[in-house]
Amino acid sequence: MKYRSVFDIIGPIMVGPSSSHTAGAARIGLVARQLFQIEPEWAAFHLYGSFAKTYQGHGTDVALVGGLLGFDTHDHRMTQSLDFAKERGLTYSFHEEEAHMDHPNTVKIRLGAEGEEMELVGISIGGGKVEVKELNGFELRLSGNHPAILVVHNDRYGAIASVSTKLAEYEINIGHMEVSRKEQGKEALMVIEVDQNISETTLMDIAKLDNISKVTKIHE
Amino acid sequence: MFRNVEELINQCEKEQLPISEIMIQQEMVVHDRSREDIVAQMEKNLEVMERAVNRGIMEQVKSVSGLTGGDGKKLNEYIQLNETLSGHLMLDAVSKAMATNEVNAAMGTICATPTAGSAGVVPGTLFAVKEKLNPTHAQMINYLFTSGAFGFIIANNASISGAAGGCQAEVGSATGMAAAAIVEMAGGTPRQSSQAMAIALKNMLGLVCDPVAGLVEVPCVKRNAFGASNALVAADLALAGIESRIPCDEVIDAMYRIGETMPSMLRETGEGGLAATPTGKRYKEQIFGAMARQE
Repeated sequence: MKYRSVFDIIGPIMVGPSSSHTAGAARIGLVARQLFQIEPEWAAFHLYGSFAKTYQGHGTDVALVGGLLGFDTHDHRMTQSLDFAKERGLTYSFHEEEAHMDHPNTVKIRLGAEGEEMELVGISIGGGKVEVKELNGFELRLSGNHPAILVVHNDRYGAIASVSTKLAEYEINIGHMEVSRKEQGKEALMVIEVDQNISETTLMDIAKLDNISKVTKIHE
Repeated sequence: MFRNVEELINQCEKEQLPISEIMIQQEMVVHDRSREDIVAQMEKNLEVMERAVNRGIMEQVKSVSGLTGGDGKKLNEYIQLNETLSGHLMLDAVSKAMATNEVNAAMGTICATPTAGSAGVVPGTLFAVKEKLNPTHAQMINYLFTSGAFGFIIANNASISGAAGGCQAEVGSATGMAAAAIVEMAGGTPRQSSQAMAIALKNMLGLVCDPVAGLVEVPCVKRNAFGASNALVAADLALAGIESRIPCDEVIDAMYRIGETMPSMLRETGEGGLAATPTGKRYKEQIFGAMARQE
């Protein structure tokens, strides 16, 4: 079931005009910011389907930039996000794409800072709810509704077990988990949605494990 | 977790509980939260709704494009001063639904129910019915849980996105949700709520999403107006004991299949329907032509 809470339906509290094109877009921007973990210096937004056709009318552009700056759906600064971007030195561009995607409200965000880059594909499925479909070329399904950790690791036996054992030591329960890889034996990604927020110590302990190259977390 | 309307109603009848209570209990179990916490969050939503309704009927709100604003206020003044044809409660709901959507179009703060484009129907009917039924504060919050329960089922079995399923998925869903909640507040049974939901949604089937200039304004504000009136009529039908010949879950399924086969130009792309009329296109040129020249 895609929707798990009554507050996905009655809510969110938001600045108008569109839950999918404004609130959803803001949430995708916000998830991208949380995953990137550095203040972004530049961003390119590639818009597909209904996003591409109507983004100006719905303030999708304003919301994506606002989310990337860390504004939540109901943040009153949202309407002025493009001015805030200028102030914070974030340059951005929008690209209307013709390609057909599975979901009509799809955006691909490429962003970067300090020589680091990230690419994320997000969809807005209605009522302000979003999913992350792709991260740096890895397919995944992440709702952004639960605290989650992303672990980049070498595709070797024991890597997954060592991470879940570490979480068990800290008494953290896994709600949903998936693993994807681009090629056997190479780089792979674990996405673990958990019930509690994860402390920095836990993250550092996971990062120290064999075959783990990068660990990031997303808060609720 | 209830997955469809039949499961929800059976659970209500077995446990002798209203729909709102089943929704609260499910939320407690699935998300491991306390009742106080959940009710407090819904109370916040209710406050936002009330502020949006009041702002829309009292202030002269205006959207950035200038296409919408002030009609909720206009209708509110009309019903205060005139003997209306369709009656006070009906038009009160309509004016409050429009007011909410005008505030939304003006980039004001609203609560999505289930979406922003359809945010007028549930609060519009709630604050109008409130004056007739004098509910307690707790009953007003329950209204939102009952609406939410039906929206939850629609979202999981069909869609609440105009881009995916057309306006039937947005204002259509909101109308069904409101109809079911009105019935509960008026003292109807859970099964009557499901009948109201089925009757209301049946009459919104096929409704396309064709926003002029891609904006959540025309025809969205007035579609919310008629969503509110449909919800009230559907609730009265159900309270009178009238039943939908097609069960509620099958109506939701029909809505989903209609949305799947709806051409993309009628699903929130701003390319078909009213958006493609000569006047619709002229508005688009006026608004975005002017905006483009400003840049």
